[in-house]
Amino acid sequence: MKKGNMRLIISLLVVAALYAGGCLIEHTAGSKSMVVTVLQKGAVYALIAVSMNLLNGFTGLFSLGQAGFMLVGAYTYAILTIPMAKRAAVYQYYDGGWIQFTVGVLPALLAAGLVAALFAALIGLPVLRLKGDYLAIATLGFAEIIRAIVQWDTIGPLTNGSNLLKTYPTLKTVMPGNTVLFTFLVVGVCIGLILLLINSTYGRAFKAIRDDEIAAEAMGINLFHHKQMAFVVSSFFAGIGGALLAMYQGSLQANSFKSAMTYEILLIVVIGGLGSVSGSVLASFLFIACSEWWLRFLDAETTLGAFKVPLLAPGFRMVVFSVVIMVVVLFFRKGIMGTRELWEIGNRRQAKGGRNVK
Amino acid sequence: MSENRNQSTNVLRLKDITMQFGGVVAINNLSLEVNQGEIVALIGPNGAGKTTAFNCITGVYQPTNGEVDFHGSPIAVNHPQGKMIRQYAGINGDAYKNRKPVAYTPDKITRMGIARTFQNIRLFKSQTAFDNVLIGTHLRRSSNMFTAAFRLNAREEKANREKTARLLEIVGLSDEANELATSLPYGKQRRLEIARALATDPTLLLLDEPAAGMNPQETDELGEFIVDIKNRFHLTVFMIEHHMNLVMDISDRIYVLDFGRQIAEGTPDEIQKNPVVIAAYLGVDEE
Amino acid sequence: MFDTLLPYLLAGISVGGQYAMIAVGYTLVYGILRLINFAHGDIFTAAGFFMIYLTASLPIGISIPLVILLTVVLGFVVERVAYKPLRSAPRMSIMISAIGVSYLLQNLMWYITGGLAKQYPVLPFLSQTIRLGSAATKLVTIVTPLLTIGLVVALVMLINHTKIGMAMRAVSVDFETSQLMGIKINSVISVTFIIGSAMAAIGSVLYFTNYTAVTPTVGAMPGLKAFVAAVFGGIGSIPGAMIGALIIGICENLIKAAGLTAFSDAFTFALLIVVLLFRPTGLFGEKNTDKV
Repeated sequence: MKKGNMRLIISLLVVAALYAGGCLIEHTAGSKSMVVTVLQKGAVYALIAVSMNLLNGFTGLFSLGQAGFMLVGAYTYAILTIPMAKRAAVYQYYDGGWIQFTVGVLPALLAAGLVAALFAALIGLPVLRLKGDYLAIATLGFAEIIRAIVQWDTIGPLTNGSNLLKTYPTLKTVMPGNTVLFTFLVVGVCIGLILLLINSTYGRAFKAIRDDEIAAEAMGINLFHHKQMAFVVSSFFAGIGGALLAMYQGSLQANSFKSAMTYEILLIVVIGGLGSVSGSVLASFLFIACSEWWLRFLDAETTLGAFKVPLLAPGFRMVVFSVVIMVVVLFFRKGIMGTRELWEIGNRRQAKGGRNVK
Repeated sequence: MSENRNQSTNVLRLKDITMQFGGVVAINNLSLEVNQGEIVALIGPNGAGKTTAFNCITGVYQPTNGEVDFHGSPIAVNHPQGKMIRQYAGINGDAYKNRKPVAYTPDKITRMGIARTFQNIRLFKSQTAFDNVLIGTHLRRSSNMFTAAFRLNAREEKANREKTARLLEIVGLSDEANELATSLPYGKQRRLEIARALATDPTLLLLDEPAAGMNPQETDELGEFIVDIKNRFHLTVFMIEHHMNLVMDISDRIYVLDFGRQIAEGTPDEIQKNPVVIAAYLGVDEE
Repeated sequence: MFDTLLPYLLAGISVGGQYAMIAVGYTLVYGILRLINFAHGDIFTAAGFFMIYLTASLPIGISIPLVILLTVVLGFVVERVAYKPLRSAPRMSIMISAIGVSYLLQNLMWYITGGLAKQYPVLPFLSQTIRLGSAATKLVTIVTPLLTIGLVVALVMLINHTKIGMAMRAVSVDFETSQLMGIKINSVISVTFIIGSAMAAIGSVLYFTNYTAVTPTVGAMPGLKAFVAAVFGGIGSIPGAMIGALIIGICENLIKAAGLTAFSDAFTFALLIVVLLFRPTGLFGEKNTDKV
């Protein structure tokens, strides 16, 4: 027990240090710097990746609906927070829209999660009875259906049809100068909650389902009930993640939430390790840092003296990047972390010492 | 043992169970009873339909026809009538016309008090021995997702961990508690599966070939172990087993299955002398 | 009434035939590897780009066979590099690999084309305008269904009456056993990918005659729809894939006719979900039970 406390204190200190570091970087490098962009977007992706990992990595459900739930969350957030004064301009084609009130950022984030969770609960009813790859394709289908419905002209007064949603509070406006801190706080709380769930008796039940559905059912675990729970919780956090992404982007359109986005997040999860929360977080920051920053030079046509470096041209970055991903998928199938967590490294000795008893 | 056979209530009853897969009849009109406190064995050559019978009891399969009662209440009832009769080769008279079909899912049946092990060991492979057993306590939880996530169920969690530790001690796996379940030797994996089953607080324990892959000494120990846990947890045990020594040693009664049919029933002595059994089974598949 | 619907019907049959060409690749691969080949739509797109680059310097008569050849090579290489190493891995890994390949192909095509939409060459024969009753349409509308049916019949013959066809059927029923029976699994799988890619190449020639702009992601949606068609028809069944694709093509265009264009994609997925829930084996699929 004492050892556990130490561990907890150390973890909290590390997290606090990371937060302080994030803040410091923003204050020294400025809100517009590349590092800050990476920290913001990386954190948002971390939440989304962890939410997907809860489903695909911990519960063993191969779901490809994440983009759909992110879209629901993002739209819920944006619709609820556009200031009254700006509504007429945003909904110019729909007479100012139906919604004639505005809520605060935090309640709207919560609502984003709840609406996404509600969608998940409804979609889960039929879909979670499907197995394996059929589940994958059905959730992918639902994500596409959601995208079509959001752009439907008839509910345009709600969603602004296929037009942009904008002028809602963004990261830049919510806590000016402390965007990283805000993102880290929201994402940290959410991931903390997911961790608490994963390490509870329910998390063990999820893992049991992943390992062996038949044995799990023979242990009295109601498969549907637990899958539904994982699905709803995952979508709740995907919804909040979608809302944060909307805050990061500053404007919002349904067409950016295509299945390609789900694929990208799935690849992040795989790189980090299916079944590792810290792996997903690490992979998200790496993924964003590489794609937005470190590999940028590959996109620039460069000449060294009289020598023009071959291959370097716009788009080359993503090619290199996807080759790296394929190498991970093919040769390092466990990803960065496998199913372990960062704080469990060097823990093997201790694993034998009877941590679980008492 | 057998002297309290008449006064005891029956825990499990199979009535005219038939299980077909397409045209293949895996079990044909099987009826049997398992009484409170008994150890009953189900034996028969490979492919006789023993595991299929377990799967019918635990709700993995819905029987094509017949009924399963547990402590007197039905957990599986199916008497196909009319159009559905096509799938069933037998005949259902009007007697069953008003019997409502019952098909409980495996998890519900486990919650009612039937726990099982698997012939081909199905432990949760990514988890430690301790967590494997701990998962077995999940079904009796009083927590919901929120109370569990926020650790409001700490007392229950502690009790479950203590129970798990105790069960591991009983099956002799305390030292291996934090080993990965699948890294344990075969015999220990079988014991771990039993511990996991016990964690669900069963009244009836179904063991599917618990001694498979064990050497004679281990098998003897397993026999004592089964009797021990039966008494300790007031269980009724129904097991499938091929090791005849074990079966004859600890069983109160034995059912013999061949090609999906029951060919004999009786005490170990009776079965050993039964010419039909000897012809069908012992004579062919002597170890 | 009929006159107004006729163009939509024709378009539906045509696009349905093109989906069918892609769907065959999905259904064959799924039948054998139990893999949703997410990269198949991108192979279809690649065929479109091959055509654009080849016709830039070669006559069309030579380009088309070359396009088919190159697409086949691409399909073959993808299988060997990305799927073969994962034969014994869990199915989820191989599906993730398929998604990775799709991501790679899209990025590669973006890099090569510079991200700009390319104009598909006009194929004089297929683009000819003809009149059917009151509707004017391109000849490709007539050619597509005929060619589709012809190829599907040929393929069914191949599968039912040749040695390699028999091997394919055997592998799809039982992977391990057929391996034990001496069937060269890897060559059977390669042949499957070769056939699927060739069909996708032909499909792309027909498809891009109507939708002339080729972008790196253009194949994703037809790819997914073709997969739905394969599921709808009963995954593993080639005639099923064709009929499923035709039904989807026609329904999609009728929905457009009804003025609900935004929902033409959503409809396909709604259909998928309904099929999965009520008849997961599809129209012509065989029932198989999972062993416990």
